[in-house]
Amino acid sequence: MTEKYNMPDERGHFGPYGGMFVAETLIPPIQELNAAYQQYLNDPEFIAELDADLKHYVGRPSPLYHAERWSRELGGAQIYLKREDLNHTGAHKINNTIGQALLAKRMGKTRIIAETGAGQHGVATATVAARLGLECVIYMGAVDVVRQSLNVYRMKLLGATVVAVESGSKTLKDALNEALRDWVTNVDNTFYIIGTVAGPHPYPAMVRDFQAIIGREAKQQCQDQAGRLPDALVACVGGGSNAIGLFYPFIDDSSVKMIGVEAAGDGIETGRHSAPLCAGRPGVLHGNRTYLMEDDDGEIIETHSISAGLDYPGVGPEHAWLKDTGRAEYVNITDTEALEGFHALTRMEGIIPALESSHAMAYTMKLAPAMKKDEIIIVCLSGRGDKDMQTMAQREGIEL
Amino acid sequence: MSRLAATFEQLSKTGRKALIPFITAGDPSPDFTLPLMHAMVEAGADVIELGVPFSDPMADGPVIQRASERALDHKMSLRRVLAIATEFRKTNQQTPVVLMGYVNPIEAMGYEDFANAAQRAEIDGVLTVDLPPEEAEECVALLKVRDIDPIFLLAPNSTDERIKKMDAAGSGYLYYVSLKGVTGAGHLNTADVETKLKQIRANTRLPVAIGFGVKDAQTAKTVAGLGDGVVVGSALISKIEANLDNLERAKIEIVELLVAMRQAM
Repeated sequence: MTEKYNMPDERGHFGPYGGMFVAETLIPPIQELNAAYQQYLNDPEFIAELDADLKHYVGRPSPLYHAERWSRELGGAQIYLKREDLNHTGAHKINNTIGQALLAKRMGKTRIIAETGAGQHGVATATVAARLGLECVIYMGAVDVVRQSLNVYRMKLLGATVVAVESGSKTLKDALNEALRDWVTNVDNTFYIIGTVAGPHPYPAMVRDFQAIIGREAKQQCQDQAGRLPDALVACVGGGSNAIGLFYPFIDDSSVKMIGVEAAGDGIETGRHSAPLCAGRPGVLHGNRTYLMEDDDGEIIETHSISAGLDYPGVGPEHAWLKDTGRAEYVNITDTEALEGFHALTRMEGIIPALESSHAMAYTMKLAPAMKKDEIIIVCLSGRGDKDMQTMAQREGIEL
Repeated sequence: MSRLAATFEQLSKTGRKALIPFITAGDPSPDFTLPLMHAMVEAGADVIELGVPFSDPMADGPVIQRASERALDHKMSLRRVLAIATEFRKTNQQTPVVLMGYVNPIEAMGYEDFANAAQRAEIDGVLTVDLPPEEAEECVALLKVRDIDPIFLLAPNSTDERIKKMDAAGSGYLYYVSLKGVTGAGHLNTADVETKLKQIRANTRLPVAIGFGVKDAQTAKTVAGLGDGVVVGSALISKIEANLDNLERAKIEIVELLVAMRQAM
C-alpha cells in the first residue's frame, strides 16, 4: 500500500460497500448528523471535552498488558492484551457512546435511542444518557433480554427504558430494525446512537473514528514497551467496532497483519453461525452494503452464536472492504473453541473475558504457537465476562 | 407512454384521483393474492402496489411486518411475486402493477436479471424503500430503458433540493409519505399535508400519490382532495389479519372498504 488509506469517500462508500441505503424520512437527519460530525471532528473544544471525558470518566488510556504466563504456556509469540475490559461499564462500547452523546448534546437532541445485543452498548448508552440527563430508550431482542438479564437490570437502574423486541428472530438485527422505526417516527428530538461500525453513512466512519483510540493507544504503548510495531492484531468481529478501532491506526503499516475473528457458532458447515465475512455474500441491510447472512432470495437468515454481541447477520462495510482488498484476514471460531479461550485466559492470567472477546482469545491460541518468540500479537480484550456468568454456568450445568 | 403515465393522464382528464391499494404478495398464502388483485380492480383500484415481503422491513409498522412474516412462512420470494404479476397480466392489460419492497432481494437476484424479469412480468413501476436516488443510479437506468417507472418516496422533511432530485430520478408518480413514522401509524394532519403538497408541486410535474395514515373512506376523501392518488395499505392488511380463518370474508371486507373509498373520492 503506497498511497495513504483514505476511506470512505464523501458519500460513505468503501469501494462497493457502505453507502446510505435508507428510507427518505431518514435522509435529512442523517445529513444533519453528518454535517455536525464533520464540524465537531475538527473542533478543538469538542475534542478537548471528549478527551477529558475519556480520561476522567472512562479511565483511559486502557493498559496494554503483556500476558507473559499465557505467552510462555503457548510457546510462541508474545501476547499483549489491550484492556478495553477495564473501561467504565466494562467494554470498549463506551468510547463510542461518549462521543456520540456529546455530539447529540451539541445538536440539541433531548432523547437518545440505541439497539443492543449483549447489552454492553445499551449499558454504555444508558450510562452516558444518565450522566447528561437525556431521555434514553434501548431496543433489545426478546431473546437477548432473557440471556443478558443482568445488563437489562443495569440499564433500568441507569434510568433507561428497555423495549423487548418480539419481531423476527428477536435478536440484535430486530432491535436495530425497531430502533430505526423509532428514529423515523421521532427524528426531530431523537439521536440514534448506533453501537457498531454499521448503519448508513456516516455511522461506520464516525463509530470507527471514536473507537480508533484503541489502536492509537496500543500503537504508542507497544512502541513504549517493546520498542516496535506488533506483528499481528487480533480482534473479534460481530459488527466489528472493537476490531476496526484496533486496526484503523495500523492500516498503513503493511508489516502488521490484521485478523478479525467471526463467530462460527456450531460450525460454519452446520449453517448455524454468525460469520458473514467467512461464509456470506454482499447485500444491503440496515443502511449499508456489506457481507450478509442471507438465503438465495435475499432474505436475512437467523444467526447463531453463544455470544449475543456477535449474533448479527451483517458486518461493518469497512471490514468487507478490508477483506476484499486482502488488507485484513477474517477467520472464525466455534462456540466450543471460544469457551476454551474463555477458560484459558481466566486460568492463565486471572482475567475473565467476555464471550465475544473469548473468540479472539481462542484464535490467539492457534496463532501464537505458529509464530516466533520475539514476535508480538496485540489482542483486543474488548470486554469483561461478568455479564456472561449466567450463560457460562447454564452451559456447564451449574446452578447459581 | 408507460401504463402508469397513461393511467394518471386518463384519470386527470376525467377529474378523478387514483385509488392505489397496497397488499403484501403471499399474505397470508400465495393462492390468495391473484384473486384479491382482480377483486380490488373490480372494486375500483386504479393501480396496485404489490409488496415484496422482506425479512427486515425497517420502514414498516407492525401490521405490514406481520404480513411479511406470514408470506415468508410460505416461502414467498421476489421470483414468486413476479410469477403472480405475470398471471395477473394474462387477464388484465390495463391496471398498472408497482412492486414495492426493500433492495436486498433485488440485489440478491442482480439488478440486470431483476430488470429483465420485471419486464417479462410486465411490471410497471418499482418502489424500493431503502434505495434513495444517490444509491439508485444503476438500478434506475436499467429500469428506465425497459419502460419501467422507478418510483421514489418523499417525506414531510424533504427539502426543495430533495424533491427536485426525486423528480429527476423518478417517473410514473412520486409517493408522498404523509407522516414521519412507519406504515400504519398515527393520524394525518391535513393542513400539514396541504402545505407540503404546495411545496412538492412547485418542484415536480409528476403525479403525487399520498400514503401513510389513510384508514377509511373519510381519510381517503380528504387525501384525494390534496394529491393525485391515495395509497391504502395497512387498513387492508388489517382485514386479512382479522379474518385469517375466513379469507373469503377478508376479501369481501377489503372490497367493501375500497368501494367506500372509491365512492367517497
